[in-house]
Amino acid sequence: MAYNEAIMDHFSKPRNVGEIEDPDGVGEVGNPVCGDMMKFTIKVKDDRLDDVKFLTFGCGAAIAVSSKVSEMAKGKTLDEAMQITNKDVAEALGGLPGNKMHCSNLGADALHKAIEDYRERQK
Amino acid sequence: MRAINLDYGAATPVDPAVLQAMEPFFAEHYGNPTSVHDLGERPRLALAEAREKVAGLLGAGPEEIIFTSSASEANNMVLKGFAAAHRSKGKHIISSVIDHFSVLNPLRTLEKEGFTVTLLPVDHHGLVDPEQLLQAITGETILISIQAANPEIGTLQPLAQLTAVAREKGIPFHTDATAAVGFVPLNVQETGVDLLTLAGDQFYGPKGSAALCMRRGTRLLPLLEGGIQEKGRRAGTENVPAIVGLGMAADLAREMLAERSSRLSILRDSLQKNLFAAVPHLHLNGHPHLRLPHNLHISVEFVEGEALLMHLNMAGIYVSSGSTCTSQALKSSHVLQAVGLIPELAQGSLLFTLGTGSEAQDAPYVAEQLSRIAAQLRRMSPLYQKYLKEGDR
Repeated sequence: MAYNEAIMDHFSKPRNVGEIEDPDGVGEVGNPVCGDMMKFTIKVKDDRLDDVKFLTFGCGAAIAVSSKVSEMAKGKTLDEAMQITNKDVAEALGGLPGNKMHCSNLGADALHKAIEDYRERQK
Repeated sequence: MRAINLDYGAATPVDPAVLQAMEPFFAEHYGNPTSVHDLGERPRLALAEAREKVAGLLGAGPEEIIFTSSASEANNMVLKGFAAAHRSKGKHIISSVIDHFSVLNPLRTLEKEGFTVTLLPVDHHGLVDPEQLLQAITGETILISIQAANPEIGTLQPLAQLTAVAREKGIPFHTDATAAVGFVPLNVQETGVDLLTLAGDQFYGPKGSAALCMRRGTRLLPLLEGGIQEKGRRAGTENVPAIVGLGMAADLAREMLAERSSRLSILRDSLQKNLFAAVPHLHLNGHPHLRLPHNLHISVEFVEGEALLMHLNMAGIYVSSGSTCTSQALKSSHVLQAVGLIPELAQGSLLFTLGTGSEAQDAPYVAEQLSRIAAQLRRMSPLYQKYLKEGDR
């Protein structure tokens, strides 16, 4: 397999899989044509991410990225979570294969969308 | 855990008898077949023998066989060599949308050189319509090239019907039979093809062994120019061990084709039955009957192929997929697009190709594993969760 141990670990034992009922924010990215889709749901408490869950349709890298982002974001303040970039996630996983950097590395985008959705709802 | 290879389409092991036949031609009878002295004698005889064996498998004459390094080379040679030799007659070539890239890409190159190419569509089973072939032929058409069997979905083309159309119009017909030779009977007389590509590594011969079978009187310019090997049709010192291996593989295929194919199709049918019984929301791709005996192509709805493939790999099961993520080019399979498979199903495609190591006991194990893996991936699939909630796709 072309993936490193960290990716294989998150792929085979993904953290925070699921969909939060009655979420405070929802973020979706991707489509089946490109091969990857991610849906993040969040719970916010005192401006912090109290819970983060994801659903992902996609390849090994997409699943590992989703899992890693959820782990990195949980417990962070919203502003801190907004600072997480796709590049940070790839680095935290010890690097993604070059051809997977664009299509599968959308986890942070999906998380940011969920936070933006939450902020929109607060207005 | 026993590893279960269900990706024989990617590579077949060299048959022990093939390996044994090849062995003396590396260090013992290493001579050059074109040498006049005694060292050239054995290799020269071995070459002639291999040529007869490959010809024998196809019902062709030995002088009609040209050895090449790969099926890709043979396909390039046909298209580019034929175009170069016959461009004064016309500049139109017909192929199909589901042909291999070693046919489609040379055709793109020829288009840049002023040729016109028609790629015939296929129906949702992957079949080319002979009537559409007839309609596509113009006064400018110099060659038709349509594959015998699709390496992905396994669909077998109605070759005899297609060649009948070509013959009626007097146009030479090439078939890329790489996926078919060794598994379905392919006699060049009966099927009426003028040029045929095959590769030894598909049917228990070595990698680097392939051939073009070309009907006597057909003319094309060589792709590789140099010495007069292969009667000037393909320059370069002959790869004697590989050619000997190809000959032996062809001989074995001729002897065992019926037995091999019926065994594989029984195992394949059992695998299909087990999978469909164990896993909900599966789709069969290709043609239900007109397909290669060792091929099974399915889509696992709501999940992506590479993730499936990786989990199967962890369970010791090796398969292939046409999903975007499993291709180096990050494009989903052109074949699955051509048969009109929706993107979700193309992404969730799995290709099983059986072979000599396949056993009856594999089917229930593979079904059990796929059932577990599909359920696990569907739990985290937004498409499946949406389906559960809303009941539609």
